[in-house]
Amino acid sequence: MLFKILPKSELAGLFAALSENDIIGPVHKGDNRAGTPLFDFARVTDFDTLRLDFTSTVHSAKRFVLPYRETLSTFRITKDSWEKQVDFNIERPFVLFGLHACDINALNKLDKVLMGSVYPTPYYAAKRRNMFIIGIDCIPLSSCFCRSMGTDTALTGFDLFLTDLGERYFVEIRSAKAFQFLKGLSLSDPADSDHDLYLDKNTAMNAAFVAHVETSDLTKILDLEFESPVWKDWGARCLSCGTCANVCPTCYCYGVEETVALDLSSARKEKQLHSCNLVDFAEVAGGHNFRPESASRLKYRYYHKHRGFVEAFEESLCVGCGRCGRSCLAEINVPDVIASIRHEEMVSDR
Amino acid sequence: MNHKLEFVDVLAESHEYRPATDLKSFEYSHAAEITNVYPMTEHEHLYQLRIVDPEARSRFTFRPGQFVMLEVPGIGEAPFSISSSPSRHGDLDLCIRHVGTLTNFLARVGRGTRVGISGPFGTSFPVEKMYGQNILLIAGGLGIVPLRSPIMTVLENRSRYRKVDIIYGARSPAELLYTYEYEMWRKFDINLNIIVDHPDETWTGPSGLITTILDQRIATASEGFSGRTFAIVCGPPVMFKFVCQRLIDAGIPMQRIFVSLERRMHCGRGKCCRCNIGSTYTCLEGPVFDYWTVMNLKEAI
Repeated sequence: MLFKILPKSELAGLFAALSENDIIGPVHKGDNRAGTPLFDFARVTDFDTLRLDFTSTVHSAKRFVLPYRETLSTFRITKDSWEKQVDFNIERPFVLFGLHACDINALNKLDKVLMGSVYPTPYYAAKRRNMFIIGIDCIPLSSCFCRSMGTDTALTGFDLFLTDLGERYFVEIRSAKAFQFLKGLSLSDPADSDHDLYLDKNTAMNAAFVAHVETSDLTKILDLEFESPVWKDWGARCLSCGTCANVCPTCYCYGVEETVALDLSSARKEKQLHSCNLVDFAEVAGGHNFRPESASRLKYRYYHKHRGFVEAFEESLCVGCGRCGRSCLAEINVPDVIASIRHEEMVSDR
Repeated sequence: MNHKLEFVDVLAESHEYRPATDLKSFEYSHAAEITNVYPMTEHEHLYQLRIVDPEARSRFTFRPGQFVMLEVPGIGEAPFSISSSPSRHGDLDLCIRHVGTLTNFLARVGRGTRVGISGPFGTSFPVEKMYGQNILLIAGGLGIVPLRSPIMTVLENRSRYRKVDIIYGARSPAELLYTYEYEMWRKFDINLNIIVDHPDETWTGPSGLITTILDQRIATASEGFSGRTFAIVCGPPVMFKFVCQRLIDAGIPMQRIFVSLERRMHCGRGKCCRCNIGSTYTCLEGPVFDYWTVMNLKEAI
């Protein structure tokens, strides 16, 4: 990896140059009732609306690779037969301008299951291979726990990563493409003082963490505590609304639905992201439901994230972005749930 | 300086059909034709399907216990166990109960209907490992369907196996499947025992729970039976526990007891997560599991 220093004034120039492509980045969408700004990823055409100082977005950038609803195939139906057409639903590459480390790591994790294992999914791969990613450092919110999940630093999965040093950006250049794109901008090599500033920034970030998840031996503890009454308590609180999966940057479960045109000339096969907390998730035809209680569904969500994925890929599927906890109407969050399973003091009790 | 990103087409130029690794094959399905529909009971039909392209048909290979995804455009797609012998390649038998949107639609279609078939998917019964061994096939209700493929394999290779038992339980005589084949199975030296919960006036066989027959079979087993026996079990969730416990008590090692599990599936390719047991994909690591694995899966049965 190459490290360079980029004056902040140069960033608008990079943005303008990259504007030949669609640029998606963090923008200010409004404020909540407490006056806290709400951010989201959206198409950005004006550099001034790009908010690289954003805290966290309500929704992740997942929908640009895994749209909530996506057509998998269409069918042309004739009297005796039918023909299937497949489209991966991407026409041109795009730039993600301003992803935090957690969200970059979320994409890296999705890669493992959606591209790296058997039956790689082309709908995801087609979008993933057409992304140019610019990362940006952050100061964690009190609900962020990426450090516990080992996702506070992005090592791969980006083209450029910017760390704000005040008047300058400390730039990590990961791809040749990015190196090319920076040509013509006034880059310089980092001085010792820049290294110090970069380290200071890291220290400040680390000091800001409040929430914490103890992950040691977590897979075994989850197994041991499978019958724990704690799950029932959380299940009683859970509204089974699926909001956590909706805002999660790594939830990829889905359902497939087919519809037919009224004139029977065509049909459409669509996938829609689902949530394992929704009541019909494990229901089979005929009505048998393998997880009829909200407690068992909530538990399985934790098992998938913190046990199963670890077994398969030696890392958790949770990146500690804290979005699920911030969005949950029942105030269920990962640090509290894991702490309760480990019989530890919960964050919200402190 | 050109800052235009170049579009990457994720598909390579030339393609064979490589289901497990190829991006193009993800949404690929073979065009197949329903060549015959046999009503077997009030709610279940046996469908004979044929992959239309002769080359793809002969290239289609599967192992007993695997499943296919069957799709009807605009209606739906669902997993079905293959009920035919692997030696028939892309001439497939599927036994389907009419219970959901897709299957109730299939109840109304006839010969010549075009459907899509993708797969085969999932794990299978290790029928080669069972050479020279006894086999106990135990099915409850619709559980006979995934067992019919290993049964056909055993029939075709009967001399390779020692004693073969089929123990089959159904709710009532009217719900028995493959009735027209029992005679043949018996002629092939298979000890077929059938038991029903609710006999009608025509029923002359035993009535009660499937475990009754199993207990008798175990009680009359010759010495050393458990050490030379593989068991294959499929049935409703309640049946597994009782049947498998008896098999373990009889001394059959857990790694020689195989079950086939049913779950909801929307993709069959380890992506949609609908079939997860804990975090194990039934479509990839199942549907056939040995009992040791099942014991390690939370709430599998």
